[in-house]
Amino acid sequence: MAIDTGTPAGSGAPAEASFGQPEDAHQLSAKLRNAAVEALPPGRLMPDRQPAYVASWIYVFGVITIAALSIVILTGCVLAVMGPTWWHVSTTGLFVNSLHLWSVEVFFFAMVVHLWGKFFMAAWRGRRRATWITGVVSFMVSVGAAFTGYLSQQNFDSQWISTQAKDGINSTGAGAIFNVTNFGQMLMWHIVLLPLVVVLVVGIHVLLVRRRGVVPPFADPPSSGGTAQATAAAGAATIGADGTGPVPTPSPSSNGGPA
Amino acid sequence: MEQLSLVLVQLFGSVVDLNRPGHYLHWGFIQMSLANAIVIGLMVVVFFAAILIPFRRHGGKS
Repeated sequence: MAIDTGTPAGSGAPAEASFGQPEDAHQLSAKLRNAAVEALPPGRLMPDRQPAYVASWIYVFGVITIAALSIVILTGCVLAVMGPTWWHVSTTGLFVNSLHLWSVEVFFFAMVVHLWGKFFMAAWRGRRRATWITGVVSFMVSVGAAFTGYLSQQNFDSQWISTQAKDGINSTGAGAIFNVTNFGQMLMWHIVLLPLVVVLVVGIHVLLVRRRGVVPPFADPPSSGGTAQATAAAGAATIGADGTGPVPTPSPSSNGGPA
Repeated sequence: MEQLSLVLVQLFGSVVDLNRPGHYLHWGFIQMSLANAIVIGLMVVVFFAAILIPFRRHGGKS
């Protein structure tokens, strides 16, 4: 990367010397900026190369999940602007409504495949617990967002689902503050609160992936001899953003950083 | 275009009849719609495909 965020050679000065004046280092903005750059240097935030073991379809499904979430948000914004009559009656409205629904289906489908893959990789290894937990939390919050979406359709389906769900919700004691038969409340949960949480948690999840790196493969048992060396060699190699490689690992900052 | 849409709808309708109550599967106290079971089965198939199918890189290496 062209931007050098490290300490100037021989000066011993902190990283903020590259961005601000030393006399401003006590300001909140400088402290926040320095903390952010220290946690996620540009080379780690947008790396050109990844370890060779990132070449897996499981990560493609993670990207599909984010792409589907983008379509969900985009079509949801269109539905919010145009309103229920438009999405129930007009041809274009029905089309956008269907895009919103089917992108949610793709979102959950890809997310579950990604989640299964990461579970069997034990992706919480190497100080990656927060990455795993944010993934699980984003899945659970997404279930709530989808549920409130079904309640916001304004049709017989949403009436059926809400009247079926109310007893379950009430049995948990949450019915007093989360009333599934209150359309206005469910709509606000669906289009304001839960999307905010989903986007926030998914964003943190992606930043944690950049900060901690992708979990390496399991090491082979020592008895397998040469195979263990092959696994170590595969982990030490990287591939370029365009899929070329593998090539020798250039530096810790470009392959996702230390665990 | 409209005729094509009608043909597609009739073809789809001949395979999957949505104008009646859905099919449900029962295993003891577990009850699941056939549609959901199909989606879960597809997810399992795609998961194993994602594990087993080599991820091809530029140059033909996998």
